[in-house]
Amino acid sequence: MKQFVTRRIGYSLLSLLLLSLTIFLFVRVTGDPAALLVEPGASEQDIAAIHQKFGLDQPLWVQYGLFMANLLRGDFGQSFYYQTPVLELYIDRLPNSLILGLVAMSFSLLVGIPSGILAAVRVGRFWDNAGKLFTLLGLSLPSFFVGLVLILVFSVYLGWLPSSGAGGFLHILMPAFALGWYFAAAHMRLTRSSMLEVLGSEYVKLARLKGLPPSMVIAKHAFKNALIPVLTLAGINLVLMINVAVVVETVFAWPGIGRLLYEGISFRDFPVVQGVVIMGGTMIVAVNLLVDVVYAVIDPRIRLEK
Amino acid sequence: MSTTTQRVALSPRPRSRSSVARLGDLPIIPLTILAIITFAAIFADVLAPHNPEVGSLTARFHPPFWQAGGNTDHWLGTDQLGRDVLSRLIFGARVSMVVGFTAVIFAGAIGTVLGILAGYLGGWVDQVIMRLTDAWLALPGLTFAIFLAAIVGPSMWNIVIILGAVYWTRYARVVRGEVLSLKEREFVRLAVVAGCSKWTIMRRHILPNVVNSAIVLATLMLGVVIVTEASLSFLGVGVPPPQPAWGLMLSDGKQGLMVGYWWLTVLPGCCIMLMVLSANLLGDWLRVKLDPQLRQL
Amino acid sequence: MAAIPGRPLLELDNLSTHYVSAQGTRVVRAVDEVSLRVHAGETVGIVGESGSGKSTLALSILRVLPTAAQIVSGHMWFEGEDLVQKSDAEMRHVRGKRIAMILQDPMASLNPLFTIGNQVAEPIRVHEGVGRSKAWERARNLLKAVRIPSPETRVTQYPHEMSGGMRQRIVGAIGISCEPRLLIADEPTTSLDLTIQAQYLNLLRELQREHGLALIFITHNLGIVAKMCDQLVVMYAGRVVESGPVSRIFNTPAHPYTKALLNSIPRMSDTRQRLTAIDGQPPDLSSLPRGCSFAARCPSAFDRCRKETPPEFNLDGGRTARCWLASVAMQSGAA
Repeated sequence: MKQFVTRRIGYSLLSLLLLSLTIFLFVRVTGDPAALLVEPGASEQDIAAIHQKFGLDQPLWVQYGLFMANLLRGDFGQSFYYQTPVLELYIDRLPNSLILGLVAMSFSLLVGIPSGILAAVRVGRFWDNAGKLFTLLGLSLPSFFVGLVLILVFSVYLGWLPSSGAGGFLHILMPAFALGWYFAAAHMRLTRSSMLEVLGSEYVKLARLKGLPPSMVIAKHAFKNALIPVLTLAGINLVLMINVAVVVETVFAWPGIGRLLYEGISFRDFPVVQGVVIMGGTMIVAVNLLVDVVYAVIDPRIRLEK
Repeated sequence: MSTTTQRVALSPRPRSRSSVARLGDLPIIPLTILAIITFAAIFADVLAPHNPEVGSLTARFHPPFWQAGGNTDHWLGTDQLGRDVLSRLIFGARVSMVVGFTAVIFAGAIGTVLGILAGYLGGWVDQVIMRLTDAWLALPGLTFAIFLAAIVGPSMWNIVIILGAVYWTRYARVVRGEVLSLKEREFVRLAVVAGCSKWTIMRRHILPNVVNSAIVLATLMLGVVIVTEASLSFLGVGVPPPQPAWGLMLSDGKQGLMVGYWWLTVLPGCCIMLMVLSANLLGDWLRVKLDPQLRQL
Repeated sequence: MAAIPGRPLLELDNLSTHYVSAQGTRVVRAVDEVSLRVHAGETVGIVGESGSGKSTLALSILRVLPTAAQIVSGHMWFEGEDLVQKSDAEMRHVRGKRIAMILQDPMASLNPLFTIGNQVAEPIRVHEGVGRSKAWERARNLLKAVRIPSPETRVTQYPHEMSGGMRQRIVGAIGISCEPRLLIADEPTTSLDLTIQAQYLNLLRELQREHGLALIFITHNLGIVAKMCDQLVVMYAGRVVESGPVSRIFNTPAHPYTKALLNSIPRMSDTRQRLTAIDGQPPDLSSLPRGCSFAARCPSAFDRCRKETPPEFNLDGGRTARCWLASVAMQSGAA
């Protein structure tokens, strides 16, 4: 087990290294780094100071060293627009995205899992076909379109829900739905196929042969086994959700890190853009690692295997 | 209980493993929709009733013709600059098509080649390519694309390159997996024993057999790429104005949303949806057609 | 090994199970007009190649068939009731309780997420309404009965923590947990090591004697049949081609297929250099040829074999054979 964990951590660190290298190289190598890293309207002195700070005249590997040293100290640069350290801005906004993500994820699981199970148990019949339609629509409709239509219906025409900002429960409904919709479809599809696979397994066959009632066969024997891949995916999807929420947060003016990214682009505030992207990648690598380790702890088989 | 059964004398159908042989159950609807969009993209200059980039400020915010205030001069209404929505939608199809297809092909080419190299050559080539793939896959496509767009600046071809750079990893992973199992197959081993060079084997034996998976993945990725492109346009880092792109139209239309100018968002959104839907349906159909084993995708 | 008189415990009467493809175009006659009898305490072996319909037959008896398969005709008399006519709810009281089944792959048969104790106690709790602690006590006793050492510790362990042989014993324990009258074993030793196989077969025999079980033993291994079974049923392409007492069939097989099977077992005394295999392939069950389904591969086939499907002929000593040669033999002198 320990070997497994250490190896996994090693892989994660390597991924992070490659990611940071990629981000670093893209900035330095394509186009003019100075243009990106310097505030618009900076004075000569400021430009010189930036050159100094990032060592833009030095060889690449020295620059990379500086870059990594800064990152590890938590120095992601400073936002031109807000004049505050990027990391601070990020941490300030992160809880909002987390809340949105959690609500959207709950929605996607509450809708996705039962409908997936139902579709598998009633495969080929009405609920399965309805489910297939739902999946198709869910995976084909971009989240910002869903968001805009929701605003049109519920804010403009019906006037029930507020169209922007964070606030109470009413404020989170539409963005969570818009964000969660795609993932509900993805979770439904995975639950269905996982359930179908489990339903065809030998131990489910034996459960039936033992004379267990069908409800017990499904609820006890099939359910838990079918859920494993779904929950694994859900864990990873949560972090993914937070990071791709940029469009939904923009549509609903939800003050999370997605909106921060949008502001970064709009205001040509490159340190913010870079910071959000780096943090996003780090989060995802971390969560993948966490999920793998937790999986190893929970599933008794993996523990002994590795 | 019935005591007799119909004995149906049928010879089993031959299993064609790799060709898209039977045209009997073509998915008509997705193909038609994609055909229409392609047609619109190619013949936009002829089909569009108005210039999509120039509008008349006296004709702003006209609703579609079936609503009060609309007219058949602008079938689907006009936007905030008085530009004809229908024309913009038609020209937008061009952007979506060009960007979508080119990016998918581009990503597919890179990803397939690297996947074959990684899978077949193994060793450090495999390690390098796979570590890079894993690292890049950690970044969500949209985030990565936004990052790159912020660096290189918007232009149609930049977007294509960016999307290619972001999505090749999906192909590489899948193709590598296929190559790994192909390596163990008889005909590849025979070729090795016969003395073929690695490059010949990769080109003549491996490549044709992974093309199926690559095609299926390509159709599925088309939807993803289009949504990403629309998202980029929506956020303002996609294909730059005044060239019409559906995502950009959605972004512009947002302003009018609160006052009920629904057609500025709903119509372009529906176009995106139809295109992605068709691509997904086509991809699903192809997946089952070409090889049921690919259903894992 | 004496024939047991009286009414059979289980009697299959012209049972047919067919698979129908989704579009309804292909019909696979997996089990075709199968008749056989099992008496209390008896061991009946069912032998055949892969695809001969043995497993489908077993699943048909307990009516746990995949959705594409259906029993289309025939009867299954068990203790006076026709299992074909029962509803699914009624069958649930038969499964595991009056007729039990053990499957081939013990690793796949046990749910990886639940403890052994849970899985052994489960049928006891469901069928007999016994409380948890009592059921677990019985589970421990069952593990003892199948000769698993230190059952108290094993009971809280998970399937993957056991060896293959132990897992198969546990599956056996589950099978006998509710004292069924009939146990169907579908190739239970195929995935076990050779050294473990013999132990397991001995265990089955002991359990059979102690509990008065009838046993249907499905296998492709004639050696096991010789060791374990009183009666033998040989299946080919979904049909029974020969049946009867094991020793008689081994000594004088009536059907060419049985002969070929017996011939293909290599013997130490064999001086021949080459192994004898049966030429050809089993037929496609969705498009069976006219006449006898073995005719294409049969060294003794003649004209009638290819034109007419032979019925099952009753021969001396409680034997049957589905072969035109048998009718010839009958006519030419055997009573």
